Amino acid sequence: MKNWQKHTGLILPILALVSMVLWPTISGSVAARESIFTILKAIALASSLNILLGYTGYVSFGHIVYYGFGGYIGFFLLTSQGWPLWAAMLAGGVSSALLAFLLGKAILRLRGAYFALATIGVNEAMRNLITKLDFIGGPTGLTLNFKTYLAYGGAAKALEMSFYVLALIVLAAILLSHFVRISKFGLGLLAIRENEDAAEVMGVNAPDAKTWAYVLSAIIPGIVGVLFFFKNGNVEPHDAVPLHSPIELLVMVMLGGQGTVLGPIMGAFAYQGMRGFLVTNAFFKDIQLSVSGAILLMIVLFFPSGAIGWLRQRLPALRRILA
Amino acid sequence: MTILLSVQGITKRFGGLQALTPDHFRPARRPDSGLIGPNGAGKTTLFNAINGVFPPEEGRIMFRGKDVTRAKTYDMAHMGLARTHQIVRPLNELTVRENVMVGACFGREKHGLDKAGKIADEILEFIGLNRGDQLAGSLNIAQKKRLEMARALAAQPYLLLLDEVLAGLNPSEVDGMIQTVLNIRKRITIIMIEHLMKAVMGISDRIIVLDYGTQIAEGTPEEIVNHPKVIEAYLGDPRLAQKLMEGEE
Repeated sequence: MKNWQKHTGLILPILALVSMVLWPTISGSVAARESIFTILKAIALASSLNILLGYTGYVSFGHIVYYGFGGYIGFFLLTSQGWPLWAAMLAGGVSSALLAFLLGKAILRLRGAYFALATIGVNEAMRNLITKLDFIGGPTGLTLNFKTYLAYGGAAKALEMSFYVLALIVLAAILLSHFVRISKFGLGLLAIRENEDAAEVMGVNAPDAKTWAYVLSAIIPGIVGVLFFFKNGNVEPHDAVPLHSPIELLVMVMLGGQGTVLGPIMGAFAYQGMRGFLVTNAFFKDIQLSVSGAILLMIVLFFPSGAIGWLRQRLPALRRILA
Repeated sequence: MTILLSVQGITKRFGGLQALTPDHFRPARRPDSGLIGPNGAGKTTLFNAINGVFPPEEGRIMFRGKDVTRAKTYDMAHMGLARTHQIVRPLNELTVRENVMVGACFGREKHGLDKAGKIADEILEFIGLNRGDQLAGSLNIAQKKRLEMARALAAQPYLLLLDEVLAGLNPSEVDGMIQTVLNIRKRITIIMIEHLMKAVMGISDRIIVLDYGTQIAEGTPEEIVNHPKVIEAYLGDPRLAQKLMEGEE
């Protein structure tokens, strides 16, 4: 295979990202920028979860923990220690990775439903822990001193900058997802997903590979957490580890197509678009999550490989591009 | 020259059931061995013990001069042991070529993707499975058995354990598969578990017979078919005894 052909799978994801960033930039609409911000955040989280869920085949109900944990640590350094944003984001990513490494060593020995159950436990434990720790504000959380924004040219400028920083993070998430997928390491993950015992017999060091997949899937959520809390100006335990988010992330990845680079991007876009419609609709606004649940059910029953997976099956000629 | 594999006094229990009992089992001075025995004799359990799926409770397994009694499955693969499964385990959603590449990437030589792809193409050609781009899940049973072998070969092992590669195949597929095993045998030492006596007798230099977790006989095919203990072990199953007799003719 020629070298550039390996990377054709990047064309559509990058195009999607570029058009999403250009739209508010050209129109100058702050409302559009805010909508896209939410979608980009979802893409970064969904693409990260996909490394674990889609490539390795491990369902995690607790992935939002890495967003909350890294976010909290970075935000703490930002507000209480006066760290610059970039350093705080880095610290958030590193601490999430570290937590994933330690937790992974413990719970990745579990398989299938047992692993999924353990991740629910992690989610609950994290929220409780954060609520009990006083130095990070306990149940009331932390608030950013408004003056911090001055260093970035004032609040309005800081919000605008956050958008473009997020776009760069999403680019990194897409590249990470793509390069894991086409690498030898990624092939090992896919083998684990298909049959872990067979993969081990063929020489895949499954415990190590799973741990690294888990770590890689935790870094970007940690970074995104710091950026989002910075933009929001405050963080509270229920924002950091929201109950419904992990399920929504699963819906996004599965809707678009797990195990593909493009799938989580399309899934996050479609889901956030739908959510935006539902929460503003008088009839649906209170049962928005029930609709998500129904969608998840439909996907699992009828399109287990998601939209992109479905297209790949129907259009083999486009497989290179729909990677 | 170091002994390829030696297995001494290993035991394995499943609950109250003693699957392997301490006894000597030294298959490989070099030759290609067939492993036979009635159902439940412990043949697959022995394979599982050797490649680290179920480490034995007692005893010692040596592979190429190293003690591998407690080695992990993937370490055994890196050291040059490959196996196929009685019940095939294809990586369904990956292509046939990718399945074989996994073997080449993570086996003894740990090739990079490009080299592994070339090896996969060669091996698929050799094994007669020209369906590299098809998903492994869409293969029929005979093709899946060939895929198991291709994956194992791609690891370029020193020793290949074949667990009933002929089971479930129709007669013409069996003949093709026997030919393939004979071809592999020219390059790699094989230990095979097989119920089909025609194949065991035709392929093996030496045959080891297990019964109730114990080695009850070892020898050349001619010695085995005349061995009183072997005939006794199979008499519980008249059909198999009959097949043994046919092999003698």
